[in-house]
Amino acid sequence: MSEFVIELKNVSRYFGSVIALKDINMKVKLGEVHCLLGDNGAGKSTLIKTLAGVHAPSEGEYYLDGEPVVFKSPVQALDAGIATVYQDLALVPLMSVTRNFFMGREITKGRGIFQRFDIEKANQIAQAGMAEMGIHVRDPSQAIGTMSGGEKQCLAIARAIHFGAKVLILDEPTAALGVKQSANVLKVVAKAKARGLAVILITHNVHHAYPIADRFTLLNRGQSLGSFMKSEVSREDVLEMMAGGQELDELTAELEEFSRLDATA
Amino acid sequence: MTNPTQSIQGSRSMDEVPKADGVTKADSARKPDSMVNVAPAADERVRKVSAWKRMLHRPELGALSGAVLVFVFFFLTAGDSGMFASDGIMNWTTVSAQLGLIAISACLLMIAGEFDLSIGSMIGFAGMMMTIPAVYWGWPVWLAILFAFTGAMFIGYLIGYIVVKTGLPSFIVSLAFLFILRGLTIALSILFTNRTIVSGVNNYSEGDWLAAAFGGTIGNGFFVWLADMGIISSYNDGTPIVTGVPMVIVWCFLLAVISSWVLLRTKYGNWIFATGGDSKAARNVGVPVDKVKISLFMFTAFTATVYAACQVFEFGSASADRGVLKEFEAIIAVVIGGALLTGGYGSVIGACLGALIFGVVQMGIFFTGIDSDWFRVFLGSMLLIAVLFNNYIRKKVTEAKH
Repeated sequence: MSEFVIELKNVSRYFGSVIALKDINMKVKLGEVHCLLGDNGAGKSTLIKTLAGVHAPSEGEYYLDGEPVVFKSPVQALDAGIATVYQDLALVPLMSVTRNFFMGREITKGRGIFQRFDIEKANQIAQAGMAEMGIHVRDPSQAIGTMSGGEKQCLAIARAIHFGAKVLILDEPTAALGVKQSANVLKVVAKAKARGLAVILITHNVHHAYPIADRFTLLNRGQSLGSFMKSEVSREDVLEMMAGGQELDELTAELEEFSRLDATA
Repeated sequence: MTNPTQSIQGSRSMDEVPKADGVTKADSARKPDSMVNVAPAADERVRKVSAWKRMLHRPELGALSGAVLVFVFFFLTAGDSGMFASDGIMNWTTVSAQLGLIAISACLLMIAGEFDLSIGSMIGFAGMMMTIPAVYWGWPVWLAILFAFTGAMFIGYLIGYIVVKTGLPSFIVSLAFLFILRGLTIALSILFTNRTIVSGVNNYSEGDWLAAAFGGTIGNGFFVWLADMGIISSYNDGTPIVTGVPMVIVWCFLLAVISSWVLLRTKYGNWIFATGGDSKAARNVGVPVDKVKISLFMFTAFTATVYAACQVFEFGSASADRGVLKEFEAIIAVVIGGALLTGGYGSVIGACLGALIFGVVQMGIFFTGIDSDWFRVFLGSMLLIAVLFNNYIRKKVTEAKH
């Protein structure tokens, strides 16, 4: 058993002549939040799709629990405990919380032709799973179309955790959310971490990433700028590396506004 | 309805956000407590709203209130015309049940996000598939019936297969089969029998065990008893006017109960909702979307064949023009029953209520003496109102809070 649940060694991914990823090294530990930062086009999506089994690495090795693995499909990765919550969340708005929670993996009771979806138990599990993430679902039969973006995100995360994920990959979970909702989602991430899961958080928002992350990997134009422990870098360092110093002024202004919001909230 | 829920959640998260910088262990440990403190109050205030909302959001609501309205209307205008005597009741119940049969399967299919416009043609085709072998080829009637079911469900499979493999809209694919099947029905019956109406089936189906499951009536003893007790009217010699419940009603009732149970209470039912709600999301979490759709196309073919069999063994004949326009009547019943044309939402019970409204109005108009030309005007208006209502409901159901 390795110290790291996931380890990438010199992973590259090419699409024809395009170099999407080049020599990425990355280590993910259980009970840690690993932030993957990078601007648009930095290769974040390709990297998580490689981790999630959508793409196989063109070069390099992918280790899971110290064993080299090659996932042929996302389903295999999921079976190995690597769950990815994409931005579309794979939720159906017209269906209830419970029905979404168990979609495709319904628990049943009874035998033969009387086998049926155990709705009472499913309601309890869904409600408990959400409560554990800090979302109090009043009525598990309510359609999730009525829920906020943050709550939906939390539902997708709670579902992944319930079905045995040990590595949780979150693709821009706060991208479309307001400040408060983002905070809720980040709390859920903290809870997942507290339960001993490894969380890989993809974002281009340093303000969301910095408070919660234990480790950062920065990507720029398909290459890794390195991985850092939080103790090794400050928020400003991360920002600077990410933006290459160019847009620092603008971002500083943004940062000030954020801390002002924090103070007034 | 941007409502109490939101503000409560808002305030809860606001309490805890300030330390966004340090979602520390202490914070997350403290949190469950504060949540428990907030939750009961929130619960109480929200539940009232959601119970009311939930009632409003039952897909059957529109059809149920429509059915009540229709009954009240005909009770007032035709209450003494015999519409609500035993034979009158059996009359509109039978019409409703016939439509109900195909509405049930059309409903499940619509919830899964697809249409089947070939249902009506399938009724004619299936009728011929069971009568020609029985009458002209000397097959035992039960074998001819099984042949018709197999053939129809195979065509259902074919339609479903084409839809899922090509990704073409089922509207177009099944529209093609509407014409193909109707054309085949006429062409093949001319080819094999030189006519488009095959009659005299009863001479062959007499005593056949399987034909009895479609043609006869049940509860005859009970109806004799009812007549003896004077509860229902009878002829002068004491035999009741209505001798029993036609099998088509039994079939409709059974299929409604089973289908509704499957939809609401089984794994497969959840897959139907998921398939129609968002087939991509459903596929991503492992729902066998294609299988669900294909099986439902087979089910519509199955119910069309039950419809055909009930007609064939009741009237003793099959005709190439049976079932014309039935696919649209089924869709009307389903939509009045609260299903969304876009899929993901609907109710089997609602579809049956839609069929009931349809049957009651269609038959009731004769009893009231209103010119029956008005029936279609009424039907179209009902459809329009139902769609407007459903559209409103969908917006309510899916409206985001924030």
